[in-house]
Amino acid sequence: MTIDFMGKRTLAVMFSGVILVGSVVALTVLGVNRGLDFTGGALIEVGFSEPVEPAIVRGVLDDAGYANAVVQNFGSETDILIRVPPNKGASGTSNQSTLGDQISAELGAKIGKVELRRSEFVGPAVGDELTEDGGLALLAALGMIMVYIMFRFTGKFALGAVAALIHDVVITIGAFAAFQWTFNLPELAALLAVIGYSLNDTIVVSDRIRENFRSTRRGTSAEIINYSLNQTIGRTLVTSLTTLFVLVALLLVGGEQIAGFARALTIGVVIGTYSSIYVAATILLALQITRQDLAVPDKESADSVP
Amino acid sequence: MADNGVFGQNLFGNRNDSKNPHYYPVWRYFVALFVLVLACIYAAPNIYPPDFAIQIQTDNSDLKIGERFMTQAAEILVGEGIHVKGSDATGKGGLIRLGTDTDQLRAQAVLDKRLNPGGQDRQFVIALNLAPTTPAWLQNLGAQPMTLGLDLSGGIHFVLEVDMESAIAKALNDEAEKATDYLRKENIRYRASSNMVQENLVRIPFATDTTRDQALRRLRSTNDYDSIVASESQGSPVVEIGIGDDTRATIEDVAVEQNLTGLRSRINELGVAEPLVQRLGRSRIVIDLPGVQDSSEAKRLLDKFATLEFRLVAKPEDRPSSLEVMSYEGRTRRLQRANIVTGDSVINAIQGLDPETGLPQVNIELDSEGGERMNRATGPNIGHSMAIIFIEQKPVIARELIDDEIVEKRSIREERRLISVATIQAALGYRFRITGLSMSEARDLALLLRAGALAAPMYIVEERTVGASLGQENIDRGVQAVMIGFVSVLLFMLVYYKVFGLVANIALTMNLTVLIAVMSLLGATLTLPGIAGIVLTVGMAVDANVLIFSRIREELAKSVPSIAIQAGYGRAFLTILDANITTLLVALILLGIGSGPVAGFAVTLSIGILTSMFTAIFVSRGIVHLVYGRRQVQKVWI
Repeated sequence: MTIDFMGKRTLAVMFSGVILVGSVVALTVLGVNRGLDFTGGALIEVGFSEPVEPAIVRGVLDDAGYANAVVQNFGSETDILIRVPPNKGASGTSNQSTLGDQISAELGAKIGKVELRRSEFVGPAVGDELTEDGGLALLAALGMIMVYIMFRFTGKFALGAVAALIHDVVITIGAFAAFQWTFNLPELAALLAVIGYSLNDTIVVSDRIRENFRSTRRGTSAEIINYSLNQTIGRTLVTSLTTLFVLVALLLVGGEQIAGFARALTIGVVIGTYSSIYVAATILLALQITRQDLAVPDKESADSVP
Repeated sequence: MADNGVFGQNLFGNRNDSKNPHYYPVWRYFVALFVLVLACIYAAPNIYPPDFAIQIQTDNSDLKIGERFMTQAAEILVGEGIHVKGSDATGKGGLIRLGTDTDQLRAQAVLDKRLNPGGQDRQFVIALNLAPTTPAWLQNLGAQPMTLGLDLSGGIHFVLEVDMESAIAKALNDEAEKATDYLRKENIRYRASSNMVQENLVRIPFATDTTRDQALRRLRSTNDYDSIVASESQGSPVVEIGIGDDTRATIEDVAVEQNLTGLRSRINELGVAEPLVQRLGRSRIVIDLPGVQDSSEAKRLLDKFATLEFRLVAKPEDRPSSLEVMSYEGRTRRLQRANIVTGDSVINAIQGLDPETGLPQVNIELDSEGGERMNRATGPNIGHSMAIIFIEQKPVIARELIDDEIVEKRSIREERRLISVATIQAALGYRFRITGLSMSEARDLALLLRAGALAAPMYIVEERTVGASLGQENIDRGVQAVMIGFVSVLLFMLVYYKVFGLVANIALTMNLTVLIAVMSLLGATLTLPGIAGIVLTVGMAVDANVLIFSRIREELAKSVPSIAIQAGYGRAFLTILDANITTLLVALILLGIGSGPVAGFAVTLSIGILTSMFTAIFVSRGIVHLVYGRRQVQKVWI
């Protein structure tokens, strides 16, 4: 059975286009809900012995002068997550790094037995630096990959692969913006892992396309690419499936703290699988890849390339 | 053969394959077996759950923590009804193993009360710890369990920023003092000024251009200054002394190093079993305190700065410009501006109680230079008064919203207080005591003097506290996720690839073992994202085998099994290499940007990529050759 992947590429281009536009709209209109690591501020996770309504906690915090705190349940009904944005008061001399103790003492007195499970404080300067470093890391990753693929394949493959990666990264962050999920350092790590994963897929497919261009004398470029995709689709799906198995396990039982990470990777793996089939290959076709691009280098030059 | 590869094929000796498809070098079995045995040994310590333990340490070299001491300590606990699993002296200190975490907390309280009676200085550090239960034979081989990150063990993580501007200002003050000392010795008159250091420059004012030029020549001749020029400031001729970039870098290094040393000894006082205090980048210090839950106690010691200044009370002949006025017990006192000695000269400080009055006191011991200076200053001044100024500094960060930008304003809240004015009865030497402080002030002063001065104030720029119960929960959930993911991948592979699936599963199991062994051996820290990295490795590690197997399936359509297998492994190799090298590149970038959690993920991912390549190439191939390596194989289950 042969599936005509490339025949449906107009459909795929439209599909990708719509999602990409949607992601960009979500990113510009809603923006990424940057977490504590990037914004700075304080975060406190407390565990009560009884289920507690976030509204009650919010009331207590309002009275105590933390009107701008964001309160939500975290993972279970007894767990509450409180986020306090960086202190903006003109006279704000209070040290935010003691906030965890202050707030849990306040809640303990007003609501009942409470355990301070986690308390984090990140200074705004550190947050800004992390944002900058994170952005740089993404660019560095894309740049290095492009160079490597140009070296191992050709410029056209590099363009295709990097386009697929940008496609995946934009859509994954777009989903985070659309649903306003918190984006923190672990999610950034997940995003870089998505790059690694999606690249893995793209390379396997590209490898096969290159091999077939060299060994097959008949057929159009589209036919050869289509044939290659059919050869690799089994492996692509199996690997994506096993990766999704473990990611779903992580998402379901890994706990709230790692859920965002697992979510980012799950989206990324699904999109990455799709993009390795459609995005990279479509771009290769659009760039009019030919046999000459992939001619087997003669023996001597092959040996001199490490 | 579509040989696009340049390295892989020769490296693994596949050149003869087309002639003899059954050739498989025997040494590869040995490599696989050898690694497997090593991996099992070095991964094993992670199976044994650690004991809750109490660690006892002391800085006092007069006190010895030996076997007898530990037996007695254990007996104290047994007397309080706490079940003790065992106790040993570990050379530097001792360790008591307990059954539960509640016992652990109780034991800490009991021992603290018995070993460190109230009112006295803390002699023993009693810290909560987790003691590995690795069997002795494994320990002898150097096998150890993985270290747990703070998000798994519970504890506090701080990042402190050293205020470099203060360090530079302090260094400039020293330069100013050095220069004016020299000028005084050379009898060159400069004009006294209370603020010679401004805008990263030292400006020494003079009455006339002539004296300024003379001073400049003499100071230049010493070759002690990076940059020294003549200039004008506020209408008077000045000599400007600046510092160069190299000196600045050295000052910064010294400041961070000195603060590190100071912090280490302060943290020792806190009683933390295995603290981590490290420089982070140019001006930051990262501190990890595993097992510590009370962040306020830790913070009190981290960014606080306390010191003393000893000065003579003004004498009638003193010029008013060299005096400072402070109040003491409701009266104003005039003091000389020059210090006899400061807290920098203190080498030991012990808090105690005055045997006569019962009030808190601090016994101070000065270094030899400080002792001599003290002796020289007090000797001719018997009958005069000496004043002691207590200085406490706390950094404060204020944030203001200026044009929608949050601007951090850092400042030091300094409290200077005259704590004692006493008549000098006799010439003082290296040792003396000071009184006039509250109990807690005496305790902090002794501690902070002993710990050494910080070269520059520090600000907490990041702090994360993880409760012990949350840490354990993270471990349990992480292990559960790994297990569920692992088992479902095993089942899937078995159903989809049958016999070859079994081979891949063996390789995957071994991959997980090697990964854990390598992480334990390297002493890598396991964090929650690190566990996520392991989970991801489990999912992705089968990829190499999947690539090989789908290639074999294709080749089976064209040729006999043995050749198909050979070709499958051979052709998939380069693809695997390319795919993994790029993922490794990404992992290394992650390692570069990440501290803490992200680095944990990157480390696991990188090691996982390497181990999965190893197992796919050596282990899975080896097993397949064992099973299908014979000539007469007609059918393979794939």
